[in-house]
Amino acid sequence: MSQVTTSPATAAFKASVRPERRDIGLRRRYASERRFRLYGLAAIAFGLLFLFLLLSSVVSKGYTAFLQTKITIPVEFSEQVIDKDGERATDPKVLMTANYPVVARNALAKVLGVDPGDRAAMREVGGMISDSVRVQLRDLVVADPSVIGRTVDVAILAHGNVDSAYKGQIDLGVDEKNRKVSDRQVGWMNQLAETGALAGHFNTGLFTNGASSRPEAAGLGVALVGSLYMMLIVLVLSLPIGVAASIYLEEFAPKNRFTDLIEVNINNLAAVPSIVYGLLGLAVFVNFAGFPRSAALVGGLVLTLMTLPTIIIATRAALKAVPPSIRAAALGLGASNMQTVFHHVLPLAMPGILTGTIIGLAHALGETAPLLLIGMVAFVADVPATPLDPATALPVQIYMWANEAERAFVERTSGAIIVLLIFLILMNVGAILLRRRFERRW
Amino acid sequence: MSISLLLLLVAAIGVTGYVGGNRRAQALAGGRLSSLHSRPGYYGSLVAIWALLPAIAVLLVWIVASPVYIGSTIRSGFPEAVQAEPQATQNLNYNMVGAIARGLKLLTPEERATISADAAAARALLSSKGVPLAADPAPYMVEAAQNLDRMTTTSRMIVTVLVLAAALAGAVVAYRSVAPRLRARNRVEGVMLAGLVGASSIAILTTIGIVASMLTEAVHFFSMVPAWEFFFGTVWDPRFAAAGATDSSGQFGLIPLLAGTLYIGFVAMLVAVPVGLFAAIYMAEYASSHFRSVAKPLIEVLAGIPTIVYGFFALASVGPFLRDISAQLNGLATGSYASFIQAQSVLTAGFVMGIMLIPYVSSLSDDIITAVPRALRDGSLGLGATRSETIKRVVLPAALPGIVGALLMTASRAIGETMIVVLAAGVAARMQLNPFEPMTTVTVKIVNQLTGDLEFTSPQTLVAFALGITLFFITLCLNIYALYIVRKYREQYE
Repeated sequence: MSQVTTSPATAAFKASVRPERRDIGLRRRYASERRFRLYGLAAIAFGLLFLFLLLSSVVSKGYTAFLQTKITIPVEFSEQVIDKDGERATDPKVLMTANYPVVARNALAKVLGVDPGDRAAMREVGGMISDSVRVQLRDLVVADPSVIGRTVDVAILAHGNVDSAYKGQIDLGVDEKNRKVSDRQVGWMNQLAETGALAGHFNTGLFTNGASSRPEAAGLGVALVGSLYMMLIVLVLSLPIGVAASIYLEEFAPKNRFTDLIEVNINNLAAVPSIVYGLLGLAVFVNFAGFPRSAALVGGLVLTLMTLPTIIIATRAALKAVPPSIRAAALGLGASNMQTVFHHVLPLAMPGILTGTIIGLAHALGETAPLLLIGMVAFVADVPATPLDPATALPVQIYMWANEAERAFVERTSGAIIVLLIFLILMNVGAILLRRRFERRW
Repeated sequence: MSISLLLLLVAAIGVTGYVGGNRRAQALAGGRLSSLHSRPGYYGSLVAIWALLPAIAVLLVWIVASPVYIGSTIRSGFPEAVQAEPQATQNLNYNMVGAIARGLKLLTPEERATISADAAAARALLSSKGVPLAADPAPYMVEAAQNLDRMTTTSRMIVTVLVLAAALAGAVVAYRSVAPRLRARNRVEGVMLAGLVGASSIAILTTIGIVASMLTEAVHFFSMVPAWEFFFGTVWDPRFAAAGATDSSGQFGLIPLLAGTLYIGFVAMLVAVPVGLFAAIYMAEYASSHFRSVAKPLIEVLAGIPTIVYGFFALASVGPFLRDISAQLNGLATGSYASFIQAQSVLTAGFVMGIMLIPYVSSLSDDIITAVPRALRDGSLGLGATRSETIKRVVLPAALPGIVGALLMTASRAIGETMIVVLAAGVAARMQLNPFEPMTTVTVKIVNQLTGDLEFTSPQTLVAFALGITLFFITLCLNIYALYIVRKYREQYE
C-alpha cells in the first residue's frame, strides 16, 4: 500500500498542472456512431414508407371500384321498338337482335324530359348508358317475353364516363371539349342523382362478369374461376409430390451422387426466373403434349413446377424440426422406417408443411409472367366450365387492365389488385394462425 | 367406355382387392394376428397395388401410343397427292379429319350413309350438329374420318378390356398369394419407397425439361440465325412477319437487351443494396427485440407483394410522378416546362425493382450478420470500439463473403424479374446511358415475342427460347456461385 500513497508534493503538482487530455476523438466517434444508427433507421423508414405509399396508392385509386353507378328508371319495353312486325312467335331471333339500347335511351330521355326529336340531345342521353345495356335488357326479355309492352323498373349500368364523373374522378374545370362528359350530361347526372334514380351500388359485377372492352361491364369472374382452378391443381399436385420428395430426401436418401444432384437441382429451381417456367410450359405442355392454350390446366401445371421447390424446402425444414427422440422411440418399439415416418414424424411436421404450402400457394396466386407465355392473356367473356376451357387468372387480368388506356380501367385495375391482396393477406394470416396454433417447441 | 368410367372401375377393383386381401389375411390368421408377418392392412394394400399399378401402366401406354399409331396409319392412307403436300397443310387436313370423325359420332346411320356418298353435304350437316368445319371436306377425308372413327372405337374397346383384365388379373394373383408368411409390409414399403424416389426425381425432370425444351427450340433458331449474330449483334429489330411469310429476316442482336437488363438491374441494386444492408445492420445490431418483431415482418411484406402490383405502381404512380417532378425542376432551372424523365424509363423500372428487392437483401444479410459469432463483437467492444466501429471493422468484414453471396442471389432475381420491366421499362431496344430514357430487357422481349398469335416455325418466336436459355444460364451461374460462397463461408464458423 505504501507504494501507492503519493507524497503531498506530487499531489500538488498534479493539481496545478493538469495533464493535457489526449484527443482520442470521442466526440467525433460518438457523432459517427449516432449517424450510423440514423442511417439504419432511415433505411427501415424508407422501406416502410414505400410499403405505405404502394398500398395507399392502390387503395386510394381502387376503393371506388367496389361501387358502381347505376341508373334505376322505369323502362317501357315498347313493342314498336323491339318487335315492330310482331314476328317473335315465329322467329325467336327477333328478340336477340332487337335494338335494346334505343329502348333504354328512350326511357332515360322520358325521365329527363328530353325531346325525342332533338337528335343531338338524344345521342348524349344514349351516351350516359353503358353499352352493356343491350345484353342486360335482351336477357331480361328473352327470359320473360311477357314484359314486352309493359313498363318495368330496371337498374341500368351507367356509362363508364358518367361513373367516373359521379365518383368525382373527372376534372370538371377542364374545357368541355377536352373531357369525356359534356356539361349537359353532368347536369342530367346531378338531376338524376337528386331524385335518387342515379346512385352507387355495391359492384357485384366486378366479381361475376367476364372480360369486356367497356370498363363498367368488365369483371373478374373468369379470372377468379381460372385462379381457383389453378390453385386447386397446384394444391392437389404439389402437396403430395413435394411431401413425398422431401420425405425421401430427408429420411431415406443415402448420401450419394444422385441425392446430391437432386439437392442441387431443387436449390437452383427455387431461383430460376419464373418466366423460364412459362417457356417450359409453352414448349412441353402446349407444343409437345398438345394441351390447349390458355387453359387453366396448363397454368396449374406450370405453377405446380414453380411451387414445388418452395414446398420441398419448407417441408424439409419441418421434418428436420421433429426431434430424433420421436424416431428413436418408434423404431425402438419395432416400427419400420416407413411406419415411423408416416405414423409419427409426418403428423408432427404437418403444421409446418401446411404453412409452407399456403405460402407457396400465395406465391403462385400472384405469379404473372409464366401465365402470359402460355396464352392466358386472352379475352375470355364466359366463365370456364372445366380447367380445359380458356381462362385468365387474377394477376393476368390485372396486367391486361393495366394496359388499357381508358381512365375508368385504372380504377378497375386497382380494385382487382385490392382483391388479389386481400386473398394474399387471408392466406398469409391463415398460415400464421396455423403456425401459432399448432407449432410445438420441443 | 370413357376413360373416367374406366378409372372408376379400376379404382373399384382396387378397393375390393384391399377389402378382400384384408379379410383373407384375417381369416388365415384365425384370430391370432401375431401369426401373420404383417398387419392385415398391408395384405389388403398389396392386393390393391397389384390391381391398380399394372392397369394404370397399360392405360398410360395406351394414352401416349394410340394417337400416334392411329394418326400415322390414317395419314398413310391419304392419297399420294395429299401426302406430297407440305407438313403444315397435312396437319390441317388431319385436324379436319379429326373434326369430321368427332361429328360422325353425333349422326344417325342414315346421315352417315349420305355423307359417305356425298362429301360436299358433310359440312352443312355437321355444322347443324354443332361441329363447324373450316372448309368443304374432300371425299378422301370423309373416308379417312370413318376409318379414324372405326379405329378409335376399336382401340377403346381393346384398351377397356386390357385394363380391366390387367386389374383383375393383378388382384387375383395377389389375392391368391396372401399367406401368413408373405412379407406384405416389406413389399408395400418397397412400392412406397419407389414412389418417394419418383417424386423427388421430378426436380431433375423439371431441370432436364427446361434445358431440353429450350435447347431444342434455340438450336432450331440458330439454324436460321447464326449464333454469333445473336450473341454479338448490336441491333434488335425482329420485324414481325405476317403469318406464313418465310422470307422475312430481322436482326436479332442480344447486346441491347442485355445492356438494358444489366442497366436496370444496376439501378435496382443501387437502391436495394444500401437500404437493405443498413436495414439489416440496424435489425441485427441495434434494434430492440420489440422493434424487430414489428419492423422485420413489415419489411418482409414487401417480398410478398406480387410483382404485377409493383409493375402497376411503377406504371400508374412512380412513372408519372417522376415525369411531372422533372418538368417542374426543368421549369425552375431553365424556364421550359418540358420533362426530361420519361414515364417509362430505366430509372422508374430500376427504382421500383429496387424497392421490391429490399427485403431480399435485408433478410439474407440479416441472417448472415447474426451468424457472426458473439466473441468477435465482444472482443472489439472490449477493446473500446464503438458499436458502429465494431460493425464496420469487425462484423462486416467477417460477414462479407456471405453478404456478397446474398447480393449475387438478389442480382439474379433482378435480372430475371419480368412484370415490373414489362410495365415500366418500355419496349425500345436501344443502347444508351441516359437513365431517364426507356430501355428494354431480355424478359420483356420474351413476353413480347410470345404473346399474340404464334407460329412455331418463325425465328421471331423461336428467338424467345434463345433469350430464355441465355437468361437461364446467367441466373444459374450467379446462383451456383452465390450458393458456393455462402456454403463455404458458413463452414468457417461451424
